[in-house]
Amino acid sequence: MNVMNPLECQRILARRRFLSDCSGGLGAAALAHLLGVEGRTAVETPGTNPMAVRQPHFAPKAKNAILIYQSGAPSQLDLFDPKPGLEKWAGQALPESLTKDLKLAFIKPNAKIMPSTRTFQPYGQSGMEFSDWIPNLGSCADDICMIRTMHTEAFNHDPGALLLSTGVTQFGRPSIGSWVAYGLGSESNDLPGFVVLGSGRGPSAGSNIWSNGFLPSAYQGTRFRSVGDPILYVSNPDGMTDELQRARLDTIGELNEMRFAKTGDMEIAARISSYELAFRMQIAVPQLLDFAGEPKHILDSYGIGQEPKHAYATNCLLARRMIEQGVRFVMLTHGDWDDHKELDKNHTKNCSIIDQPTAALVKDLKQRGMLDSTLVIWASEFGRTPMAQMDRQDEDPGRDHHPDCFSMWLAGGGTAGGRIVGKTDEIGLKPVRDRVHVHDLQATLLHCLGFDHERLTYRHQGRDFRLTDVGGQVVEQLLA
Amino acid sequence: MMAANDLGTRHQRRKTRHCPGSLAVFAAVFAGGFLLSATAQSADESGLPAPSLDAVSFERDIEPVFAARCHICHGPAQQLQGLRLDRGADALRGGYAGPVIIPGNSAESKLILMIAGAIDGKIMPPAGEGLTEREVSLLRAWIDQGAVWPDSDEHATPDADETTAHWAFQAVSRPEPPAVRDGSWIRNPIDRFILGRLDREGVEPSPEASRATLARRLSLDLTGLPLTLEEQEEFLSNDRPRAYEDLVDHLLESPHYAERWARFWLDLARYADSDGFRGDSFRPHAWRYRHWVIQAFDRDMPFDQFTLEQIAGDILPDRKVDQHVATGFHRNTPTNTEGGSDPEEWRVEQVINRTNTVGTVWLGLTVGCAQCHDHKYDPLTQKDFYRLFAFFNDLEEVDIDAPLPGERGPYLAALADYQRQRHQLLEEHEVFGRKPPWEAKVLYAADHPGESADWDVSFDELRTYVNLGERIIRTPPERRSVRHEKALTDFFVREYGRVLPKEEYAELGYKELSEKLKALDESLPPFGEAQAVHLEERPRQTHIFLGGSYKSPGIPVEPGVPEWIAGPAEPGVLTRIDLANWLIAPENPLTARVTVNRVWQELFGKGLVRSSENFGTQGDQPSHPELLDWLASEFVEQGWSWKQLIKTIAMSATYRQSSDVRPDLKTKDPANVLLGRQERLRLPAELIRDSALAVSGLLDTRIGGRSVRPPQPEGARRMGSTGDGGWKVSEGSDQYRRGMYIQYQRMSPYPLLTAFDMPDTYESACRRGRTNTPLQALNLLNDPVFLEAAQALAARVVTEFDGVLGDRLRQVFRLCLARDPNPQELDALQTSWDRQRAILEQTPESVERLFAVEIPGVSQLDAATWVALGSALLNLDEFLTRE
Repeated sequence: MNVMNPLECQRILARRRFLSDCSGGLGAAALAHLLGVEGRTAVETPGTNPMAVRQPHFAPKAKNAILIYQSGAPSQLDLFDPKPGLEKWAGQALPESLTKDLKLAFIKPNAKIMPSTRTFQPYGQSGMEFSDWIPNLGSCADDICMIRTMHTEAFNHDPGALLLSTGVTQFGRPSIGSWVAYGLGSESNDLPGFVVLGSGRGPSAGSNIWSNGFLPSAYQGTRFRSVGDPILYVSNPDGMTDELQRARLDTIGELNEMRFAKTGDMEIAARISSYELAFRMQIAVPQLLDFAGEPKHILDSYGIGQEPKHAYATNCLLARRMIEQGVRFVMLTHGDWDDHKELDKNHTKNCSIIDQPTAALVKDLKQRGMLDSTLVIWASEFGRTPMAQMDRQDEDPGRDHHPDCFSMWLAGGGTAGGRIVGKTDEIGLKPVRDRVHVHDLQATLLHCLGFDHERLTYRHQGRDFRLTDVGGQVVEQLLA
Repeated sequence: MMAANDLGTRHQRRKTRHCPGSLAVFAAVFAGGFLLSATAQSADESGLPAPSLDAVSFERDIEPVFAARCHICHGPAQQLQGLRLDRGADALRGGYAGPVIIPGNSAESKLILMIAGAIDGKIMPPAGEGLTEREVSLLRAWIDQGAVWPDSDEHATPDADETTAHWAFQAVSRPEPPAVRDGSWIRNPIDRFILGRLDREGVEPSPEASRATLARRLSLDLTGLPLTLEEQEEFLSNDRPRAYEDLVDHLLESPHYAERWARFWLDLARYADSDGFRGDSFRPHAWRYRHWVIQAFDRDMPFDQFTLEQIAGDILPDRKVDQHVATGFHRNTPTNTEGGSDPEEWRVEQVINRTNTVGTVWLGLTVGCAQCHDHKYDPLTQKDFYRLFAFFNDLEEVDIDAPLPGERGPYLAALADYQRQRHQLLEEHEVFGRKPPWEAKVLYAADHPGESADWDVSFDELRTYVNLGERIIRTPPERRSVRHEKALTDFFVREYGRVLPKEEYAELGYKELSEKLKALDESLPPFGEAQAVHLEERPRQTHIFLGGSYKSPGIPVEPGVPEWIAGPAEPGVLTRIDLANWLIAPENPLTARVTVNRVWQELFGKGLVRSSENFGTQGDQPSHPELLDWLASEFVEQGWSWKQLIKTIAMSATYRQSSDVRPDLKTKDPANVLLGRQERLRLPAELIRDSALAVSGLLDTRIGGRSVRPPQPEGARRMGSTGDGGWKVSEGSDQYRRGMYIQYQRMSPYPLLTAFDMPDTYESACRRGRTNTPLQALNLLNDPVFLEAAQALAARVVTEFDGVLGDRLRQVFRLCLARDPNPQELDALQTSWDRQRAILEQTPESVERLFAVEIPGVSQLDAATWVALGSALLNLDEFLTRE
């Protein structure tokens, strides 16, 4: 895992004159620390570069990942999993034999079945079906590997989002992006290795889904914000020109170097390096956000500048640009899909936001030859019930949370495009074959990135922890 | 049962995975409920092999089967699921799920059902061939004949387990400090232990740090604030031999000492100002617990009393309000009030959190590992976990009246008028007439779920959003407390609209009524409340949760402590007072060791036991075991005094060493295990901010009180709804109070806190990370708070300091770093000053922005230059570091 990257080595040498001045002794030791040769022990050894590039357990198909988290749980029955069988039961309660083990958040098991108002049609060579809410996603059918039989334990949002992103329903564990950054480091020198982009209402479980948990905080997801500074405090404060900022950094650097010479503390060397990276980030981030170099047809394909999809489209395009820059893991959140009522109205709106930009992202990655090495994941904490939820007689109905059976999909990164995995019963209540647990999905994602999920571990409080907790098996059917 | 095959999950597969060949057939046959009568045995109506009619000999027919097939998992070495089949008494008692042998009734004995594979297709033993039909028949016969176990009256004593021989589980000793080669270095017994080890390794200790460094180190360690220029002056000019001790005493007496060490405890207590989870509701009274901790440290409350009040303050005889407030410790658990969640599930989660917290904080053990199964490494069974759990299982959360001095009078004076107005409002809106039938319907829905969706939701919301909601509504109105009746009425007004047509609800004006009631509440003078706990009315029976799931209760257990540590002497049902007394008993080997180790960690950056959260067999060995024991025994001997303990450590020569890295130890002791030097430690998040505010003169030094909300950048909080009440920025000097008072919203913490490794407060945190990231650099470089500090610092320089530029540079350097710059540093500062001034000369608009105030006789350009230079000082590694 502890591989030195010669390019990075040269860059650091060029950058830090005080290090290159001393060929042995403390200088060399500091350099070794900057390169992260201590690797896995980063947390115990101050002064290491935790984002140094590391090799996974085996040669991976995917180098990077974009996790698109649709927070609040979209309805699989109205997007991905057509169920004409619902018509037969419309307005009726299911027999008790079918619902006796059902645990639902708001409605009781005797709630009435609600067929989808959508029409579905097959797309591409594979004939995978998508609803008329998401025709653009349909046009990516042959690149999409659809899982219809996802299941999870959690039936509330926060626990569900936590299980999806950290492997347990409780707070405090590292998120998948943090695990990947910890395992692989980052190829980007000027940007954080794990970036979070959000639109709509904040995601379930908030910042906990990009938390580093007990991993070193360097592996925490860095949130790009849509309001104010894209990264918190990336802009100079009022009155501080770039020239003053540079002068300030030089003063800090120079005095820090003197203190380093006096104390020999490697932590100071690492601090100098952090300040330099911060400064480069201040330059790189505005460049990343400047779409002037993107041709018009690309901007239009994402829907940049078109409401209501502009914010989400911007994030999709940013995701691609970040992956190009070597960012390891992008988490893109959108929400809220939690339509306990007025599902038709609200889902119509959300689909009109996400359909075109998501499809554009997949296609853009593909035409640039990046899809093979970039794993795209469409995820949610759970799905929605075949039964209607109607808390008030004078409102349009919605659907309740459904953890037992829902859909997610993958694209690129070594996954099998055009394949549907898993079969659900005629009303989408339960899987009929090939169930996939969230831990299985996580194990598979890590597999695509070159990891044996049982061996990507971190020792905390006397125990080795991993993303998949005590479960998970790689789902071979998802792989190309 | 097998609805769908699983592609990946092992959870499901596990059940049948170990079912090879004949065993699987055997299992399938029994699970199917019939039996091939290929042998002489025949099935009875239970579908099991019939009991043997032969005479059964326990020694010949039964014990060898247990020994060969069961003892590996249910014998002396381990007792999976709590079951032990090598001793009669244990075997007949059964496992965590209850008895497995029912004498006289083999057909319903779980032992038989399990070996026959008759429960959900699971079969015992899980590996190898299954038991033969003859063996099953004989076991049935033995049970039907009374399950006589010849030795079953033998009184088994617990086995001496090798894990209980672990060092941390042995009684604390009082080791004699060793002899050393050079006694002149020794300042107190600590140093003998340290130097003794250094001698053995052939290492010299480091020289004492400079006086300036020592003063800054002490001040930051003991009070969390840098020394003022006057304090620096006083110490440096004090040439009495006890000048150092004077400073230690001075700092220990400072009220800021209590703040600094309260913060240390609050990490352990997982203190936060909000619930966490989706709602993340603000907890308006949480601060009272923090306030209690600060006061306790200020008074140097002995740690045994400190323990007792937090664990059991509610049930102490002659309890004082303050002691009840201390139980706010148990209220720091996260709370999930997400709509649709199961209240029992989250109640249990809270009890688990409380159990784990006590395990971590006092015992330094990962007791949570035994929630689902016996601890894999430490002598903690699942039963031990649930016996600890039982102490907290009958806690009920309650908000109590806890008026602060001076609050009661004005409150009572205003109360009559308040009550009159409230009554009038309620009357005008027909609340007294409409509420009783609403209550009846909610109660009906509670008992008849599924009949009406809207009433179901009303009941769910009541349970979720009103503390004790279900209990209140089930209590007849005349027996409800005023507080409870008010809570229910307020909820009714908010919730009633769900079950009315929208027009009728609008006409009633309940939305407006709700706002009026809230405004009326706010008009009442403050009357302090606090979060506390008390005992539930009816004691709750605790069960072991099989597999850790609250939905699978096993055998009942009573409150108790692990047996291998001398337990409370009193027989009978144990209370939390007994638990607390057991934790602080002299025989308890863990509490004192764990606690002194954490104090050591605060003062040296790492504990003598590095894994300060885990003293179990998987934790780290102590680097200096005798010193650890000496400190632990000294702590107890000195009456559990925090201040005495801290002073003892701070007075040692070991503590006073220079923190410079020693090239000579680079290979011998790179991690500084031998303590041949002190450590440079980056300050915790709050103290970085405190330091910047302190040197710039902005800091509001008031002690204790409510949480504050300094400004945050737009959009820094979680998007959309949060429970933080909109983060209304605190007025006046409140936003310049110490970082420990910043309102901690679990879902959207103040950015600086997250950036600099403040723990997430979901569970007890024993040691903070000290990471070093570019986001921290951006935070300190560009956060307006730090620029504001630089501006205030510049204002101090231009108004308070005199002399030529060099003098001022020296003074501002000393103000920030508590030492004089060396010539090289001074030169760099001078160059930097010139360079920044030259840039600013060309950019007057920057001057205006950096220093907007015009002070007579002060050049604005100079002042702006001081801002730029000062902000660089506030970013120096040394400024963020205690050396």
